[in-house]
Amino acid sequence: MCGIVGLFLKDPKLEPQLGAMLTDMLITMTDRGPDSAGIAIYGRPEKGKAKLTVQSANPDADFATLADDLGKAIAGKVTGVVKDTHMVLELPEDRLEAARHAMRDLRPKAKVMSAGEGIEIYKEVGLPKDVAARFEVSRMSGTHGIGHTRMATESAVTTMGAHPFSTGADQCLVHNGSLSNHNSVRRVLRQAGMTFETENDTEVAAAFISHKLQEGAKLGEAMEATLTDLDGFFTFVVGTKNGFGVVRDPIACKPAVMAETDQYVAFGSEYRAMVNLPGIDNARVWEPEPATVYFWER
Amino acid sequence: MQTFDLAAQGLRALNSTLHGLKGQTNQTAWEIINPKGAHAIAVGLDAPVDVTVRGSTGYYCAGMNKQATVRVKGSAGPGVAENMMSGTVIIDGDASQYAGATGRGGLLVIKGNASSRCGISMKGIDIVVHGSIGHMSAFMAQSGNMVVLGDAGEALGDSLYEARLFVRGSVKSLGADCIEKEMRPEHLALLADLLKRGEADHLAKPEEFKRYGSARKLYTFNIDNASSY
Repeated sequence: MCGIVGLFLKDPKLEPQLGAMLTDMLITMTDRGPDSAGIAIYGRPEKGKAKLTVQSANPDADFATLADDLGKAIAGKVTGVVKDTHMVLELPEDRLEAARHAMRDLRPKAKVMSAGEGIEIYKEVGLPKDVAARFEVSRMSGTHGIGHTRMATESAVTTMGAHPFSTGADQCLVHNGSLSNHNSVRRVLRQAGMTFETENDTEVAAAFISHKLQEGAKLGEAMEATLTDLDGFFTFVVGTKNGFGVVRDPIACKPAVMAETDQYVAFGSEYRAMVNLPGIDNARVWEPEPATVYFWER
Repeated sequence: MQTFDLAAQGLRALNSTLHGLKGQTNQTAWEIINPKGAHAIAVGLDAPVDVTVRGSTGYYCAGMNKQATVRVKGSAGPGVAENMMSGTVIIDGDASQYAGATGRGGLLVIKGNASSRCGISMKGIDIVVHGSIGHMSAFMAQSGNMVVLGDAGEALGDSLYEARLFVRGSVKSLGADCIEKEMRPEHLALLADLLKRGEADHLAKPEEFKRYGSARKLYTFNIDNASSY
C-alpha cells in the first residue's frame, strides 16, 4: 500500500494554510500506511539563504550547540530551530555544501534529511497524526508540499526508511509501489558517484532522478527515464524547488487521483484525501494516465 | 425517501441498515449524503431498493450488488460493482480501475470514462461506458456484454473467453486472442437494447459500433458447450 498526498498552490493566499491542508490529507491516508510518515514542505526561498534539515536520535545532545558549532566550521552565520528530533539550520546559500560536509565531522550520527533553498523534510516512525503533531506541520506555510504514509515492503520500518527521500538540493521523491531492479540500479548509480543512506528501493528512484538532473536533464525528461530504466510498480510524486511532478508505471495498479482548481493542483492516492480542500466539489478531478509524466512548475 | 448522512452516522451503520432490507420493504428509496470518497458504500445489498449516493465514492461501491439500483452522483473509486450479481449500478462521473470486475449479472452504467481493467474477468454482467475505457479492459472476460461509446486502451480483451465487446471509437490494440468479428442482426438488436438500458440510446446508434470477441485459439473452445456461455 502506502499513501501519497501532494499540493501545489497557485493562489498565494492559501500559502499560510499549506501545512494544515497537507496534514489533513496525510492523516486521511493513515489506512494506507500506518507505520511511518513524512512530509516535504517548500517555503518561499529567501535570497542568499539556504536550509539544512537534520535529524538525530539524541536531539538534546546533538542540537544544543549545533548552530554555533556549524557557524564556526563554515565561517558563516547559522541559526537553528529545533522541532522534536529534527533541526532546521538556516545558513548562507554559498556555504550549503560546506555545511553538509562539516556535519559529517561535527555530528557523525545525525542524518541530513534535506538541503536547499526552500525544502524542509520531516519524517519519523509512527502514525501520521503523531508524526505531523511532533513537527507542528499544520502551522507551516509554503508554496508546495508532498506527504507520504508508509506501509513498508522492501526495507525496515525506520526513520531513514520513511519517505520522502531527498538525494539532491531541493529535490525529493515519494513512492507507492515496489521496485524489483533497485539493487542493480543502485550499483550503477554508486559507480556514477551517488551516495545512499539505506537499502530502500525508493531511495534508488530518488537518486536516479537526481542523477539525471545532474546530467542536465529537465524534470520531465528525468521522470520519463524512470519508465524505461526502473522495473516494478510505482506511482512517484517528485518535488523540486519550483514545482512537482507525477508519473505512474505503465501497468498503473498503484492508485492516483488528481484535482485542479484556479487555486491549486492536488494529488491523492485516493479521492478521500482531497475531500476537505476548498472548492473540491467544482475541481477538475482525474486519474493520471499510465506511463505519462505530469508536472507543474511556477 | 430515507436520508442517511454517512459523515454523521458511519459506514457500518449504513451497510447494516441497508442489509436489513430484505424481500419486500416499504423503504424503497434511499439517499446517502456526505460520502466523501469513503470505501465500501452500499456493498452487499440484496433487496429491490433504489439508493442514490450524493457525491464521489472510494473503493468497492455497490460491490456484490443483488437486485438494488445504486446511483452515484459523482465518480467512483476502484472496483465499483465488483462481483455484482444482479440489479443496476449507474455512475454519473468516471470510474477508477477494475469497474465491474468479475460481475456475474446486472447492469453497470458509467457515464464518464472508466480507467484500466474495466470488466476484468466479467462473468455475465453487462457494462455500458459512455466515455472511454483504459488498458487491459475485459481481460479474461468470460461472458456478458461490454459496450463502449468512446475508445478502448491497450490490450482490449486479452485472453478473452465468450464475452462480447462492442466499441464505437478506436481500439489502441487488441490483446492476445481477441479479434474483430462481424456484426450480425442479433448483435445489432442486442446493442439497441443495451444502449437503451444504459441510458445511451440518444448518444449512439448500434450501427456505429464494431464487435470484438475471442478467436478461440487460446482456450479449448468446444462447440458442445456453447450454450453454457
